[in-house]
Amino acid sequence: MSKESIVTVSIDGKMVSVAAGATLLDACRQAGVDTPTLCYADNLTAANACRVCVVEVEGSRTLVPSCSRSAEDAMVVQTDSERVRHSRKMVLEFLGSGVDLSQADDLAGWIDYYGSEPDRYGPDRAMIKEEVRIQDSLYIRDYDKCVLCYKCVSACGEDAQHSFAIAVAGRGFDARIRTEFDVRLPDSACVYCGNCVAVCPTNALQFKTEFDLRKMGEWKPTEQAVTRTVCSYCGVGCNLEVHVQDDTIVKVTSPDDHDVTSGHLCIKGRFGWSYVQPGQSAAEEGD
Amino acid sequence: MADLHLSEDLASEAEVSAIDSAIAELGLDPAVVQETPRLVRGGNRRRASRRHGLLPALHALQRESGWISPGGLNHISKVLQVPPAEAYGVASFYELFRVDSPPDHDGNVVHVCVDAACQIAGSAKTIASLEAQGVAVHRSPCLGQCERPVAQFIQGRQRPDSVEADGVENGSIDGVLWDLPQKHDPSLKLLARVGRIDPTSLEAYVGSGGYRALARAFTLGASKVVEEVLSSGLAGRGGAAFPTGIKWQAVAAESGQKYVVANADESEPGTFKDRTLMENDPFALVEALTIAGFATGATKGWIYVRGEYPLAVQRLQNAIDAARDAGFVGQGIARSSIEFDIEIRRGAGAYICGEETALFNSLEGFRGEPRQKPPFPTTHGLFARPTAINNPETLLNVLSIVLDGGEAYAASGTEGSSGTKLFCLSGNVVRPGIYEVEFGPTLGEVLELAGGVVGNLRAILLGGAAGSFVGPDMLDLPLTMEATRDAGLSLGSGVIMAFNDEVDLGAVVTRIAEFFRNESCGQCVPCRVGSLRQHELLESSLSSSRGEEPLGIVSGSAPALLLEEMDRVMKDASICGLGHTASTAVRSAIELGLMRSSR
Amino acid sequence: MSYKEIEEVDVILLWGSNAREAHPIFFHHLMSGLDNGARMYAVDPRRTSSATFADVWLGLNLGSDIAMSNTVAREIIHQGLVNQNFIDHSTTGFDTYAESVEPFTLEVGAELTGVPAEAIAEMARAYATADKAQILWTLGITEHHNGVDNVFALCNLALLTGHVGRWGSGLVPLRGQNNVQGGGDMGALPNKFPGFQNITDPAAQAKFRTAYGVDLPDEDGLHLTLMFEAMDRGEITSAYVIGENPADSEADIEFARATLRGLDTLVVQDIFMTRTAELADVVLPASVGWVESDGTVTSSERRVQRVRAAVSPPGEAKHDQDIIGELARRLGYDWGRPDSIELWDELRSLSPLHAGMSYQRLDAKGLQWPCPSLEHPGTPFLHSWLWDDDLGGHPPAPFTVVEAAGPKEELSVEFPMRLTTGRALDSFNTGVQSGGFDSPIRYGDALDINPADAASLDLLDGERVLVSSARGSVEMPIRFQPEIPRGLTFTTFHFPEFVDINVLTSDAWDKKSGTAEFKAASIRIDKIEAPAAENHSEVDHHG
Repeated sequence: MSKESIVTVSIDGKMVSVAAGATLLDACRQAGVDTPTLCYADNLTAANACRVCVVEVEGSRTLVPSCSRSAEDAMVVQTDSERVRHSRKMVLEFLGSGVDLSQADDLAGWIDYYGSEPDRYGPDRAMIKEEVRIQDSLYIRDYDKCVLCYKCVSACGEDAQHSFAIAVAGRGFDARIRTEFDVRLPDSACVYCGNCVAVCPTNALQFKTEFDLRKMGEWKPTEQAVTRTVCSYCGVGCNLEVHVQDDTIVKVTSPDDHDVTSGHLCIKGRFGWSYVQPGQSAAEEGD
Repeated sequence: MADLHLSEDLASEAEVSAIDSAIAELGLDPAVVQETPRLVRGGNRRRASRRHGLLPALHALQRESGWISPGGLNHISKVLQVPPAEAYGVASFYELFRVDSPPDHDGNVVHVCVDAACQIAGSAKTIASLEAQGVAVHRSPCLGQCERPVAQFIQGRQRPDSVEADGVENGSIDGVLWDLPQKHDPSLKLLARVGRIDPTSLEAYVGSGGYRALARAFTLGASKVVEEVLSSGLAGRGGAAFPTGIKWQAVAAESGQKYVVANADESEPGTFKDRTLMENDPFALVEALTIAGFATGATKGWIYVRGEYPLAVQRLQNAIDAARDAGFVGQGIARSSIEFDIEIRRGAGAYICGEETALFNSLEGFRGEPRQKPPFPTTHGLFARPTAINNPETLLNVLSIVLDGGEAYAASGTEGSSGTKLFCLSGNVVRPGIYEVEFGPTLGEVLELAGGVVGNLRAILLGGAAGSFVGPDMLDLPLTMEATRDAGLSLGSGVIMAFNDEVDLGAVVTRIAEFFRNESCGQCVPCRVGSLRQHELLESSLSSSRGEEPLGIVSGSAPALLLEEMDRVMKDASICGLGHTASTAVRSAIELGLMRSSR
Repeated sequence: MSYKEIEEVDVILLWGSNAREAHPIFFHHLMSGLDNGARMYAVDPRRTSSATFADVWLGLNLGSDIAMSNTVAREIIHQGLVNQNFIDHSTTGFDTYAESVEPFTLEVGAELTGVPAEAIAEMARAYATADKAQILWTLGITEHHNGVDNVFALCNLALLTGHVGRWGSGLVPLRGQNNVQGGGDMGALPNKFPGFQNITDPAAQAKFRTAYGVDLPDEDGLHLTLMFEAMDRGEITSAYVIGENPADSEADIEFARATLRGLDTLVVQDIFMTRTAELADVVLPASVGWVESDGTVTSSERRVQRVRAAVSPPGEAKHDQDIIGELARRLGYDWGRPDSIELWDELRSLSPLHAGMSYQRLDAKGLQWPCPSLEHPGTPFLHSWLWDDDLGGHPPAPFTVVEAAGPKEELSVEFPMRLTTGRALDSFNTGVQSGGFDSPIRYGDALDINPADAASLDLLDGERVLVSSARGSVEMPIRFQPEIPRGLTFTTFHFPEFVDINVLTSDAWDKKSGTAEFKAASIRIDKIEAPAAENHSEVDHHG
């Protein structure tokens, strides 16, 4: 690699060199600095919406989102300054004050770490309250848990599936992920690839299998084994991660870093495994 | 078979015709064309190049049906090949599009402003009386008519939108000349033609010196024009005060397709200067934008006008058409080999679209959500091309800069603020209106231009809802960029809104908080949730105390401290200026003790 | 080729492939290519969901692919857009080929294909002048009686323009099943040993004879279609069917079923009780390959990847290799019980293409063959030797003159319409796997028909009709599809228990490949019962 294609930045006083075009998040990772992210995923274009990954860059009036800001030579970055800690604390607190983060496993530690107190906005504060949408036997949508990270929209749209069945509708705190006119998912452009579910960080989108097991109190992630294999349908060779609990497949994902899928599957790969265990699927019919 | 999935709802014939003609007016054919039963042209490129037809198509549908009907949306989606969920996401972003249900009335809606100037002038009463008459009323954010509260705007169904106070017939472009408080002041520059020259006549414009600047620009050459703008020291008048010459220079240095954009989405509460200019001197904006295009090497200009300014749109369109007929716009303008054309786009009710990158998204047919910067518009602007985007007032300054030279312009005003500035005076002043002032006078002196304050001055909102409240102790503040910056303030868009001691400022401030809550696009968490919690906190703190013994919010109190925490994250971590400034006015009000309710 | 290549390509000719539904994740890569600026021409009798992504859809007459490619070739030649250096250096037979396509003027091509001449010319120019261009196809090309000729016709275009053997440029056939490529790799072909080594090659013969310790046949075996004919003639009396459902999937299905019934012994080894298994004398229940067994599969980009057991097989089901081993033991050959690694390492020792692919190396992301040594990184695309000065010791690539024959079955007064078949996104082949989950977007097999054709037959959307070919009749509903050309009908084939579509499909097959002409049959549609009188008059005037 030529010298120009390398930039060196200081992360909390530690010098790290990254390829030109790399983000500050990449640099943080290289520096071994753990950074909370929510709307960022390695297999999607950075949405730059949640702002939980902000860092302080010397000379910048505001904090900058590490996920989508390119590292520039000689940048001096603080990831744990009082300003950064305050903003991260408040972002998590704001999120927790409006939606149910109880299944956002990746965030729980950070909420603790930064000392966010979502309840200090009082019991009368506006929160998102919607019925769980169960409209088919493959997924459920529980928008009380939605943090509007745009990941599902990107996965459904131009980052992967190009179906564009869902989009952000409305504005401000009333913005929601919606089909057109909120039509039922089976009546929309959805082709049930499940890529939206796979990228959801808060379990607002869930596979019906998981939802049903949770309802029965039978969802046991710690007892699940994940085995990597190859889809049994067409000849593209998508890698699958088969999640197995009690010798039963409970869900299927794909590794984000796989060259073929980048973590994205089609309906057959995602759901076409039921024949392996006829009669064992926990899924109940939707409304 | 088509990947685009549409419901079975069909558009009415009238909807089809309204949508089709709106798209045809833009010079677009459908994104998919069946040339023969065995040959169909479509694909990404065609689709992407037509996406900007979405906003005009939605306007056409809304006007025809009084709402965005599922059938009509299907037709738009099919013609432009925009997925219906995306089209719905876009439509639902804007105040002027109704997406939930068909109107339960004739479809005409009267928008009544509820923001500060109109709020204190009694908009609540106006709304009550209209509603009592059975009129469909929409409570609107600032309509940009603060000099004539209570402002109203009529959104028409199957007829053009109109503003009664404009005094012109629906759809007509001719009519009264505006009455300017400074009408007889010979020193006016930006306002020189306003109220004196027929805004619908190119002859009148040329007769009053119009198009001399363009001719001069051609003589100077593009790079010299940029130099003049640089040396003039002209800074943007939209609020951010960025040096215009630097922007132009950056765009001029780029190659390939470039654009210039006039950001006429004037929506900052308390601001009505661009409307005044566009309605009363539209040719000047057309000429100035043409010069911007010439100087930067852009062959296409866009004017994005807020949707609630129907007269401005009509007069600008008339001006563009007349200029095109006369050879001032189009191929080979003014007998040169230069190509430059201008298109107008109407906004549809979204304050955030005044943010330049949100404006680009809106114009391109996407939700008006701001983009991350960098990259900046000068390299990645409209349609991801290098773009110079300026406010109309800023652009109009270019005419005298080109004619008289940058040096001469720089000599006017003060060291740090050259030229003249338009101030929008409203609220409790004797003669509300637009005032043009060479940079230098103090706040008090400018207030005196408007006849002074009615009653006892309690506070002034300086710079708009995104600005700050200042007290009477600041009347000696020179209204220059440097002086306001030093005082931790901003001139913003030139808003000076005065409040006397009879105003319930707690209510005014709460309304400002509500304004930001409603106008936040929702993209980033600090602004989406912060603006909500801020408004909730103000409401509960004030309303719970609105009994006998109001408490309000005082500096240092628990709610004030929480607001401060919220303000910090919004300022530090929001994507754009809306979030950065959403709590500025609130904090300044608390610091001034304005939230300590006087009653 | 590698899937990644299409993300960087300039021009895509998607020919006889509905990858959007049949190869959805490959299509993700293709869509990235479009997002990156590629132009796409879709050549297909139907404007498929894939074709809606194309800049231009060319809706050629069913089976007129060679007429189309020959016209494209002539246009490229006449416009002077051939890659002369490449032709001179890397190919043979150009002059004869050029002569053979000479009659295919744009006018003739337009006449034969039904596609306007300008569009053919535009596609020819776009393909020839692109820096990187790919031709992609699937069964729309191969499942014809002249499928091999169809493939040659497309290869000719690549040879004319040099769009082969370079990163980004190439010929891309997409594989329909998760291991159809791997089956070939392992020698499940009538004329190959594992690693595509010819049975008739004495050196290969000797190598495998020594390794296996038995005598091996030294002449090519029969492919599936020939096997059925041999069964029909009584030359084959027993069959051992592993993981295939010919009683549902063969074209001209009644013939296939009758043939299977006529066998003395039919052994079926499968994970399902398929219709074929129902005909069997012995059914051997197998474990599911991809999730109950360890092993490898090979994808369309020649990537060998690991499959791993994640759940236990039900009941008495066993791993295929154990069943076969057990069978061998009872036939007197005790192979022990080799595990999947031992079996794989044996293959590596015999197939140079796979020699470098240890299980350890395959573990993360697999490897693309050829991979002859443990140091070899695998091969992202083939035929790069075409660009070597010495052609890497290969003979130059020959142009192949092909005859522009249409479908075997002509249209007639009795069978005046065309039927073609294809896949739906959420289903797979005969539905034995995909039928196991409840897809919200599944509508079953229906006959897509142009509403104008339906009107002329007095048919309503959704109406059940009798569809007949020279071989039989089935009942099925029709579905109005405004974009399907008149005279053409289409159906999926995923629900044989409801619509036995292969009763209709053609018995013609390609003598070179053994592939049947699934994609072009001649049919008639008959109304089953008259609709109510008032409807009748309404529909009538459209006809």
